[in-house]
Amino acid sequence: MGITLNALTRSLSVFHLAASPCNNCDIEILDCLTPKYDLERFGIQLIGSIRHADALLVTGSVNRKAAERLKLLYEQAPKPCVVIAIGGCACSGIMFRDNYNFAGPVDRLVPVDIYIPGCPPKPEAMIAGVAKLIAKVRGEKA
Amino acid sequence: MRLALELILFPGFAFCALAGMVLSWLDRKVTARVQWRVGPPLLQPVYDLVKLLGKETIVPRDAFVFLAAPLIGLAGVTLVGLLVGQATLRPDLQTWGDLIAVAYLLTMLPLGTIIGAAASRNPLASLGASREMKLVLAYELPFILALAVAVIKADYALSLGEILKVQWRDGIAASSLSGTLALLIAVLVTQAKLGLVPFDMAEAETEIMGGTTIEYSGAPLAVIKLTKMMLLFVMPALVATLFLGGLRLDAGAYGVGMGALKVLALAVVATLIRNTNPRVRIDQALRFFWGPVAILGFVAVVCATLGY
Repeated sequence: MGITLNALTRSLSVFHLAASPCNNCDIEILDCLTPKYDLERFGIQLIGSIRHADALLVTGSVNRKAAERLKLLYEQAPKPCVVIAIGGCACSGIMFRDNYNFAGPVDRLVPVDIYIPGCPPKPEAMIAGVAKLIAKVRGEKA
Repeated sequence: MRLALELILFPGFAFCALAGMVLSWLDRKVTARVQWRVGPPLLQPVYDLVKLLGKETIVPRDAFVFLAAPLIGLAGVTLVGLLVGQATLRPDLQTWGDLIAVAYLLTMLPLGTIIGAAASRNPLASLGASREMKLVLAYELPFILALAVAVIKADYALSLGEILKVQWRDGIAASSLSGTLALLIAVLVTQAKLGLVPFDMAEAETEIMGGTTIEYSGAPLAVIKLTKMMLLFVMPALVATLFLGGLRLDAGAYGVGMGALKVLALAVVATLIRNTNPRVRIDQALRFFWGPVAILGFVAVVCATLGY
């Protein structure tokens, strides 16, 4: 593993895409940054511009309007960039899967590196998921 | 040869970069402690920069200007670091008017930011660039007034070395009324020059998503971040040199320790200001700097000429 990739695992800049979610996952994501969990300990930061991002965080049952944006954002992100699907909707679509405007779970639109299911997933689950993702990028066993 | 070495290693680029990284870590750590968090590890700035070097660099059509712009700012900040460092190491060095050079060189960073943002062809970046432009107009007047106080206090000497020597002879500039006012103004201007809250409207993350830096990725973004980190050291060092007596080498370990402490204290003050204030609008910043702060500056200049 290269030195830059090693540094990447210690300094993930996360871009949060809310692709028509119910906001529950989004609040839990913000929870990860609060004093109780403090993801900045691991160098993880939320950033505003996709050009600065190392990870694309997708929440929500992606509908047809959001699907175009999701693809566009994935193309705009500088590689290497990982995609994290947060919540049941992003992972599988759960009860929205037969909806007329449902454009498919995230992995039908862009390649997903890790799934964190739950409705919403707990902050602990997200941190565990990110830890597994980092191990995967480093080529270790989680 | 010696000058090249000083420019690249000490007290120029390498030293400023190192000190800036430490201070930027301190900034994030203090922020975390204020918010009752643990905060990032000491090597976090290194991880951030090295990571960016391995990322893809996406450029717009005007790639040359877009990629050259961050280097303008880096060059300016490095030169200011060099001038301040040289004045500290060798105050007897015959320079005339390096303070004027510092005032000009410090505007190279916003200049580079504006050029780069304009070259990126992003509407939010151009919004950031226009805000940056107004912010420069806002804080330059009080900044020049604060510099004028330092000059008047040092018997109208325009060299940093001379300003330092006068302070070592007669006591620091901030011990007088005009010096205290000028220091206060300089601290506020530092905040704006560093682009920290409450004056970070040019790259407001929550409303214009990074503003001037929105289109930068990979190595150029690393250069921008490094420049910001270096400025976090260079600006406090300059303010400490002008108003607090700077770092005194001939006083031995005590002088060096006190010098480092002054820079540290000014950096922490900037961090605390940014943690306890909301972002202001650009018109509020303009009114603030041209109103109360500029008036305070004029008062300080008058007091300095009268000898207070």
